[in-house]
Amino acid sequence: MSDHQAGSYYLPEPSGWPIVGSAAVALLTSGLVMWSNHIASGGWVILAGLLVLFYMMFGWFGTVIAESESGKYDQQVDRSFRWGMSWFIFSEVMFFAAFFGALFYMRVLSVPWLGEGDTNAMLWEGFKATWPTAGPLGAENIGFGKEVAAGANQFSPMEALGIPAINTLILLTSGVTLTVAHWGLKKGNRGQLNLWLALTVLLGVVFLGLQAYEYHHAYTKMGLTLGAGAYGATFFMLTGFHGLHVTIGTIMLAVILVRCLKGHFKPESHFAFEAVSWYWHFVDVVWLGLFVFVYWL
Amino acid sequence: MEATHAQDHGHGHPTGLMRWITTTNHKDIGTLYLWFAFIMLLAGGCLALLIRAELFQPGMQVVTPEFFNQLTTLHGLIMVFGAIMPAMVGFANWQVPMMIGAPDMAFPRMNNWSFWLLPVAAIMLVSSFFVPGGASAGGWTMYPPLFLQGGISNDMTIFAVHILGISSIMGAINIVTTILNMRAPGMTMMKMPLFVWTWLITAYLLIAVMPVLAGTVTMLLTDRHFGTNFFNAAGGGDPVMFQHIFWFFGHPEVYIMILPAFGIVSQVIPAFARKPLFGYASMVYATGSIAILSFIVWAHHMFTTGMPTSAQLFFMYATMLIAVPTGVKVFNWVATMWRGSMTFETPMLFAIGFVCLFTIGGFTGLVLAITPVDIQLQDTYYVVAHFHYVLVSGSLYAIFAGVYFWLPKWTGRMYDEKLGKLHFWLSTIFFNILFFPMHFLGLAGMPRRIPDYALQFADFNALATIGAFGFGLSQLILLVVVLKCIKSGAKAADHTWEGADSLEWTHLSSPPPYHSFVTPPVVK
Ligand code: HEM
Ligand SMILES: [Cu+2]
Repeated sequence: MSDHQAGSYYLPEPSGWPIVGSAAVALLTSGLVMWSNHIASGGWVILAGLLVLFYMMFGWFGTVIAESESGKYDQQVDRSFRWGMSWFIFSEVMFFAAFFGALFYMRVLSVPWLGEGDTNAMLWEGFKATWPTAGPLGAENIGFGKEVAAGANQFSPMEALGIPAINTLILLTSGVTLTVAHWGLKKGNRGQLNLWLALTVLLGVVFLGLQAYEYHHAYTKMGLTLGAGAYGATFFMLTGFHGLHVTIGTIMLAVILVRCLKGHFKPESHFAFEAVSWYWHFVDVVWLGLFVFVYWL
Repeated sequence: MEATHAQDHGHGHPTGLMRWITTTNHKDIGTLYLWFAFIMLLAGGCLALLIRAELFQPGMQVVTPEFFNQLTTLHGLIMVFGAIMPAMVGFANWQVPMMIGAPDMAFPRMNNWSFWLLPVAAIMLVSSFFVPGGASAGGWTMYPPLFLQGGISNDMTIFAVHILGISSIMGAINIVTTILNMRAPGMTMMKMPLFVWTWLITAYLLIAVMPVLAGTVTMLLTDRHFGTNFFNAAGGGDPVMFQHIFWFFGHPEVYIMILPAFGIVSQVIPAFARKPLFGYASMVYATGSIAILSFIVWAHHMFTTGMPTSAQLFFMYATMLIAVPTGVKVFNWVATMWRGSMTFETPMLFAIGFVCLFTIGGFTGLVLAITPVDIQLQDTYYVVAHFHYVLVSGSLYAIFAGVYFWLPKWTGRMYDEKLGKLHFWLSTIFFNILFFPMHFLGLAGMPRRIPDYALQFADFNALATIGAFGFGLSQLILLVVVLKCIKSGAKAADHTWEGADSLEWTHLSSPPPYHSFVTPPVVK
């Protein structure tokens, strides 16, 4: 490492935040176990876990921000953050890959198999393999251990035009506004930075609002639910996890906005800003995949 | 040096329990990982002894069939995620910064969290024995539809896997970043000790596949509780899809457990053969190609599940191909020993034991890769024999070799060589008594994960159980050796093994300073 300064790599003091994080995870996961098994007070345990988690994040990130602002991080630390964030995003890509894989497997393989040959003749005669589908036994009536009533395959799939297309436009625009904000930061034009960053946050919020509306519509008007077979499961899990990521991204952008308003970041060093914008662009790209493979095709 | 480094020598740090809970030091964290792994090894070992006790004779004697299934499931999960993987991360924590000339890991606080998530997951898993219905009983592979049935413990298993996954991903990001960004001046990639190379590639595999496991257990969870039909054919899903996604994780996972072992053995053998590693570059490329190939062989775990013939052929040949780089490695280790001035201290014994016994496991893997053969052997004790030869006499032996090898460096004290050798010989004898007969059992058709069996299998099972108790008890010797070493071992030299040439031996005291390299060494 040619530009490595001897002994300058910042090594933090012992820290209590990680163990707080572990406590949060312990609460959160046991709460989720209780809640999904209908054990009373599971919800409260989840809430407690979330509170501790937020406390930990405030404290931990607060420490990091203070260290960063007081100039403790040198170039090598900056490079570590870059590597770390890149690999984290790669892990996120693989997480979505699992769900996209499930979608492709169902569409290309398992649903067609159900519509042909012995399987079809012996189990579900008359089932036509089409996409979208809720499977041979139809929406809402299936799920492990449930009584089954055949032929209730009634839901409407989500059209690509309409809200999804608008949301695509919103996310693509937000990528542009974020870049304009970044230019402002690099030029030292704080007004441009703050304005366009605020705009990006706003677009994120609008996206989420529209998606919430879309979900509500799906559940109340279209019969499209998590239980709507192969289509419902992949639709909600993919768009749901994406929505979760947009939520996280929007929160991160909002934090960055607050920091910008406080005068943090310098034109030549502002990795936190860049990290969040990498994340935002990643979320954007995932959405394009969703738009093409979940909504459109 | 800057003022921020006043703390570099550990002054004014919390002591006692708080030292371990709040530590941001790679050595402390490495120690935590290794002790955690050892405790899990004993816990998982106890489950295994219960399994073997039941299988000592045909008929049901010790446990109920339901409980037997819980034992096999939790034994697998605890050993894979609790013992082998954390032990390897422990080695990475201790060794990677020292071997590349760095002061610590790239993200010391995150390093702490990676470790302290593990006890949470372990408690979740172990306590699931005590909830209504008992622990998960569908096998460590969690196949639906069985896993969709069953009680609350399956949810505990799912969340434990999530936590373990988060821990592994954070640990892996830390290791990759450290290796890519914290090397001392002159430490080019192709000068890195092989252990560092294997961990770089392992960490890449971890980041690539742990999220996939997280995704698929999430699908299990939503199928169980939230009405989705990923693995239910009535809804257009497919239980076989779980197997595909799981093994897309699962096969790279077995390389995650063996690549760092290759790394350790590649440090130990040259040191005791007093020759540089034969074919360093080919070792690096072999490791890389194993990593790439390991993504395209997963369905060799599914030959009996049903898939088109063309797919079976593809996965058969791809699996056989992966034995080529593995063979390159074995060849290089043997060539390193060829005409070396060898001595046989305990680390070397375990390394040689590794080369011989792991290779047997590699060969049985090849046998299983042949589709028509595997259709006979799938889910028999032959598979059990295969993966215990690669995991116990492979990964675990390498861990033992590494512990004996670096214990003098870590503690500054020598271990008891006599006891170490005793540990090796007893382990090796009992290991073979335990697992070798399983080949015959499998070939004769004894299914795995079954608490009772036909009379014709009785003799080999009794033999295996004797081996199991012998092997299990032998591991207590390791505990004694380590405790004795820490308490009263003779002072170890800085360059304990004169044949070892990586930075921790040539540049650092035994034990090394709190932050190994505050000023990076210059590597020529
Ligand atoms: C030469 C390289 C290898 C080949 C060709 C190979 C091949 C195979 C095959 C074909 C199976 C499936 C057997 C069946 O279920 O019918 C299998 C199972 C297994 N292998 Fe390997 N293997 C190799 C190396 C390894 C290594 C290095 C490890 C771990 C360190 C490993 C761990 C396992 C495990 C854990 C299973 C059983 C999984 C289960 O069903 O629970 N293998 N191997
Ligand atoms: Cu495999």
